[in-house]
Amino acid sequence: MKHLKSPEDLHKLRKSLESKHRPDKVRILICTTGCRALGAEEVYKAFKAEIAKQSLADKVEIVDTGCQGLCARAPVLTIEPMGIFYGRVLETDVPDIIAKTVLKGEIIERLCYAEAGKRTPYIKDVPFYNKQKKIVLRNCGSINPKSIEEYILRDGYAAISKALSTMTPDIVVAEMKNSGLRGRGGAGFPTGNKWEFVKNATGDIKYLICNGDEGDPGAFMDRAVLEGDPHSVLEGMLIGAYAIGARKGIIYVRAEYPIAVEHLTIAIEQAKQLGLLGENILGSKFSFDVDIKMGAGAFVCGEETALIASIEGKRGMPRPRPPFPATSGLWGKPTNINNVETLANVPIVILQGSEYYKSIGTGSSKGTKIFALAGNVKNTGLVEVPMGTTLREIVFDIGGGIPGKKQFKAAQMGGPSGGCVPAQHLDLPIDYETVKEVGAIMGSGGLIVMDDTASMVEIARYFMEFCQDESCGKCVPCRVGTKRMLDILTRITEGKGEKEDLGLLKELAEVTKTASLCGLGQTAANPVLSTIRYYLNEYEALINKKDAQAAPAQSAQLPQSAK
Amino acid sequence: MHKSVTVNKEGTSDVDLAKCRAILSKYNRSTPSDLIPILQQIQDAYGYVPQTALSEITAGTRIPLSKIYGVVTFYSQFSLVPRGKHTIKVCTGTACHIKGATDIKKKLTEALQIHEGETTKDFKFTYEPVACVGTCFLAPVMMIDNRYYGKLTADKAEATLKNY
Repeated sequence: MKHLKSPEDLHKLRKSLESKHRPDKVRILICTTGCRALGAEEVYKAFKAEIAKQSLADKVEIVDTGCQGLCARAPVLTIEPMGIFYGRVLETDVPDIIAKTVLKGEIIERLCYAEAGKRTPYIKDVPFYNKQKKIVLRNCGSINPKSIEEYILRDGYAAISKALSTMTPDIVVAEMKNSGLRGRGGAGFPTGNKWEFVKNATGDIKYLICNGDEGDPGAFMDRAVLEGDPHSVLEGMLIGAYAIGARKGIIYVRAEYPIAVEHLTIAIEQAKQLGLLGENILGSKFSFDVDIKMGAGAFVCGEETALIASIEGKRGMPRPRPPFPATSGLWGKPTNINNVETLANVPIVILQGSEYYKSIGTGSSKGTKIFALAGNVKNTGLVEVPMGTTLREIVFDIGGGIPGKKQFKAAQMGGPSGGCVPAQHLDLPIDYETVKEVGAIMGSGGLIVMDDTASMVEIARYFMEFCQDESCGKCVPCRVGTKRMLDILTRITEGKGEKEDLGLLKELAEVTKTASLCGLGQTAANPVLSTIRYYLNEYEALINKKDAQAAPAQSAQLPQSAK
Repeated sequence: MHKSVTVNKEGTSDVDLAKCRAILSKYNRSTPSDLIPILQQIQDAYGYVPQTALSEITAGTRIPLSKIYGVVTFYSQFSLVPRGKHTIKVCTGTACHIKGATDIKKKLTEALQIHEGETTKDFKFTYEPVACVGTCFLAPVMMIDNRYYGKLTADKAEATLKNY
């Protein structure tokens, strides 16, 4: 590939790719990331073989993509340009799809999305998709993430090109501030302000870190973005680095995400070959390089100071702030840390403008949010909706509601740092503030739906077990507090709880929340406090009955979910 | 992959350090931040981090043994004892939890005759629960090495072991 030496070179490359693009060619897009677990790779290979066998390479191509969202129907595929959506595709369906759908335009009923007996062959009619707004997931599932050309064809790297040729770093920061984009990792700190702090910090070297240590159980949006559209994250990093004056970037990815690491490695290599990473990017004075660091299995490393310690080769333990990483981060240098989803938003803000971005969302929370919809809901998968969408719309309109004859009981939002939102708040428009008011947090966007058979005390115990296990042990309130709270919760779920336990639990929760060093301890009690707030009767029932039978084991009472 | 590890009767290992030295030689001007990548490669090469390798790392990087030990014991990815040829990671994330991960754990414990975090006697499997593998839509899930198995039942999980 030719080194791009100017924004014009990039533009020319896009034009030449466009001229080679064949819109008449049928593209079969198949997810080979998440869907891999249900045989998508075998289906992909079967398509390759069938296309070769019938010598159809000129008419049809099979494209392996990232997540297409509706994971409940894995393996899924979309056939373009018709826009046909098929799910639960087996290797044995491949000859049929080629012979009927691709060559004759016929619909294969059995593979279509169905709701209430009605089959919906076209993706535009599937309620799961047509209620979403895809900004971050704009390319996810519709391009081959291992091809930089496909990204460029969809205006990829046009935002960094625009920033380098028409915007000063100050203007980029101002644009980000005006957009209202807030950190998608959980805390919701305004991204533009963070960039400004680092930009204004004194230091000869500055770093930009992409936090891909998505550790919240129940969250998988960063995984999907890294796997399905890694270049959008790299482009977001480039823009951030240009704005703050960093020339070295690090992507910290969980070791549990091998496909994300593979796709990122390919993306970085391709960007280097085109000169989109390296020295004098697009002929400017701006130079930037990116390295991947793999996590080694520690939830607390999602906390920014712990993450920095881990990159420095130490035990991943947090330290008190201030100083904030913006002034003293990696190796003591000013460091900017943004989450994957945040960075994937950045090219859109720059390319479409902050006014466009601001037009989406609510007063305090702009843009969209990706939720990882899982648990007792029909359409499990990834959904991206504008901020301000109600929980009801997500769970029922997009998610298709609760399987079986069960009722919605609660949605757990924000993982082990979050809380349970009960049915009475289903019509709450979701943004950073409203979610907090009802006792949960936006967090990274994990949304686990629970039906009326779920025991809320057990859920609280489950999250406490997680936090206790992941507590790094550095500060006493978290180390001891989580342990003691877990003891009490275990006691209550086993039917051995005492009346005094509830008061003790609340007291411990308050102390752990107030006195812990980092976010892990400060939020560890949230699931306890939120379940006590809404489901005090369940705690009391267990304590009063003193009977373990009151709370049958989780697994025994849960239905087999959407199949 | 793990042939260089021979475990003798006492359970200690005679470790061929050639691979460890080859890894270290790539870092002859190492910085402290290389420690975790070095350990990750050693863990990959041997299936665990042999004690003798720790001394080699100290000699090669001049990082004190106590610091290295601290790091190895902090992160769940590293193991100081030999591990099985395959690693079974049962996801215990929220979605998997409410969809029956507990049953799967119970079944695997019975089938493998080992507890969580242990390795089978024939060194075929190491079995460990993990917090979340990020495939909640397929819950309940387990991973064997880098392969995902979704929408499991306890029986399906047990049957999957026969493929290895």
